[in-house]
Amino acid sequence: MQYGTLNRRALLIRSTATAIAAAIGSMVPTRFAFAAWNKAAFEAKTMADAYKGLGAAQAAESGDIQILASDIAENGAVVPLQAVSKIPGTTQISFLVEKNPNMLAALFDIGPDLLPDVTTRIKMGQTSNIIVLVKAGDKYFTATKEIKVTLGGCGG
Amino acid sequence: MMKQPQVIGAVLALIGFAAFTGVIRAEGDNSIESIEKYREALRDGNPAELYEAQGEELWKKKAGPKNASLEACDLGLGAGVTAGAYAQMPRYFKDTDRVQDAESRLLTCMSTLQGIDTAKYVAAAWASPEKDELNALVTFISGESKGVKVTMALDHPKTKVMYELGKRMFYYQGGTHDFSCASCHAQEGMRIRLQELPYLPSQKGAGVAWTSWPAYRVSAGQMWGMQWRLADCFRQQRFPEPIYASDVTVALSTYLAATAAGATMDTPGIKR
Amino acid sequence: MGNPMKIRAASKDGVTDVKVLMSHEMETGFRKDASGATIPAWFIAEITAKLNDKVVMQSQWGPSVSKNPFLAFKIKGGQKGDKVVISWVDNKGDTRTDEATVT
Repeated sequence: MQYGTLNRRALLIRSTATAIAAAIGSMVPTRFAFAAWNKAAFEAKTMADAYKGLGAAQAAESGDIQILASDIAENGAVVPLQAVSKIPGTTQISFLVEKNPNMLAALFDIGPDLLPDVTTRIKMGQTSNIIVLVKAGDKYFTATKEIKVTLGGCGG
Repeated sequence: MMKQPQVIGAVLALIGFAAFTGVIRAEGDNSIESIEKYREALRDGNPAELYEAQGEELWKKKAGPKNASLEACDLGLGAGVTAGAYAQMPRYFKDTDRVQDAESRLLTCMSTLQGIDTAKYVAAAWASPEKDELNALVTFISGESKGVKVTMALDHPKTKVMYELGKRMFYYQGGTHDFSCASCHAQEGMRIRLQELPYLPSQKGAGVAWTSWPAYRVSAGQMWGMQWRLADCFRQQRFPEPIYASDVTVALSTYLAATAAGATMDTPGIKR
Repeated sequence: MGNPMKIRAASKDGVTDVKVLMSHEMETGFRKDASGATIPAWFIAEITAKLNDKVVMQSQWGPSVSKNPFLAFKIKGGQKGDKVVISWVDNKGDTRTDEATVT
C-alpha cells in the first residue's frame, strides 16, 4: 500500500516536471527577428506537411529541374547540392531530404534579378532521396535524386 | 561422375559469379568517380578559409602582458615573414637551439613576443578556445605557403637527429595493440572504409599527406593542424596522448616533411 | 554579432557569381552533449542578399543546412565595382552583415 502511494507520487512529480520541461522547451528558440520564417514548413515531419507549409498543393514531376550533386557523399554532415530550374517563371526553389527528421532543408526566393540556380550544403542523416521543389507561377514541380551517404551526418 | 543437371548447375553458377564480379567492378569505378566529384565540390568554398581569416586577425592582434602582436615572429625566413615559411618547416632555430614545427614556433613567439604563459595552451583540450586560437594561427600560416614547394634544410645536426627519431617513431610498435604508424601507413594501397591511407615512406605518399594538413574536417566541423592530426593517430594506435608540440611530434613531422620534399603545399585542405 | 563571412563575387558575361562561406554552428537540436543534455537548435534562419541597395535574394534555412554553411547564387547583371551585401539572422536573433566588391 505504501509502495503504491509512493509510486503514484513519484509519477505525479515526474509527469509535472516533464510538463514544465516541455513548456520551457516549446518556448525555445525565442523570438525571431522577423516573422517571415516558415515555421510550419521547416518543422514539418512528413513530406505532406512540408508541402502544405510551402503552399504546394500538387507538384508534378519535371525534367526541367536539374539536381547537380555527387551520387555519393563521403560524409552526410556536408552534402553539396545545386539546383538549376529551367522552368520559366521560377519564383522559388526548395530542397527537401526525404529521410531527414525535418524534411525541408532550405528554400530560396528567386527574385527577378536572380538566375534560378542555387547551391548550398546540407546535412543528411542517411542515404535518402533529395527532392527539389520548384514554384513557377502558381504551379509546383519536383525532381528527385538519390544521394548515398557513407557516414550519416546528424549524430554527435 | 557428375550428373548432367549438376554440370549445368555448376556452369550457370560460374557464369553468374563472373557476371556478378563484373558488375561489382563497374560499380566500384563509379563509386570512386562519385567520391572524387564530392571532394571536388567541397574544395570550392572551404570552411578552412574562415579559420585562415581568424588566424590572420590573431597574428595581427595585440595580446598578452606585453600587449604585442605576433607580427615580429620569425618562422625561419626572418621576423614577420609568413610567405613560404610553412613549406620549410620543421626547421632548426638558433634562438631556441632546437628543431621546431609551426605550432611549436607559434608557442615560442607567443611567449617571447607577447609574454603569454603558454603552458595553458599546451595543456588545453583540442576543442578549447586556446587550441582554437592555435589552430586558426597555424591555418593562416599554412595558407601563406599555398602553392609553395616543400624544401627542408637537413644539414643541421639537430635536424638530422629529429629526422632519424621521427623515422624510428614511425616504425615503433607499442601500445595495447602493438600498432605503429607503419601499421597503417607503410603498405601500398591501404584504406579504412573509403579513406585512403597514403604510403608515407615514399615521396609521393608523404607528399599527399604533408601538403594537405592543416585541413578542415567536414565530419567533425573542426579545423585540424598537424599536431591534432598526429595526436589523433596516437589515439587510434592506442598510444598515450603526446604532449602538444613535444619533440616526438616535431620529429614525426620532420621525417614526414623531409620525405615529402618537392611536393607542393595545398593548404589549408579539406577532408571528409 | 556573428562571426565574419567570406564573400566572393565575380562578374562575367552579364552574370555575377556570388559565393559565400558563413561561420555558424548550425546545431540541429538533436545532438546531446557529454552529460547527455540536448544541445538546443541554433541555426541561420534567414539570409538576404543585396546588389548595391537592391535586395536580389532571400533565403530561409532550417538546421539541416551544414555547419559553416556555403551558399552560391547568380545575379542577373552586376558589374565590377558593385557591392554585394549579405545579411543573416539566426533563430536566437543574432545577426551578421558583410559585404564584398564585385571583381
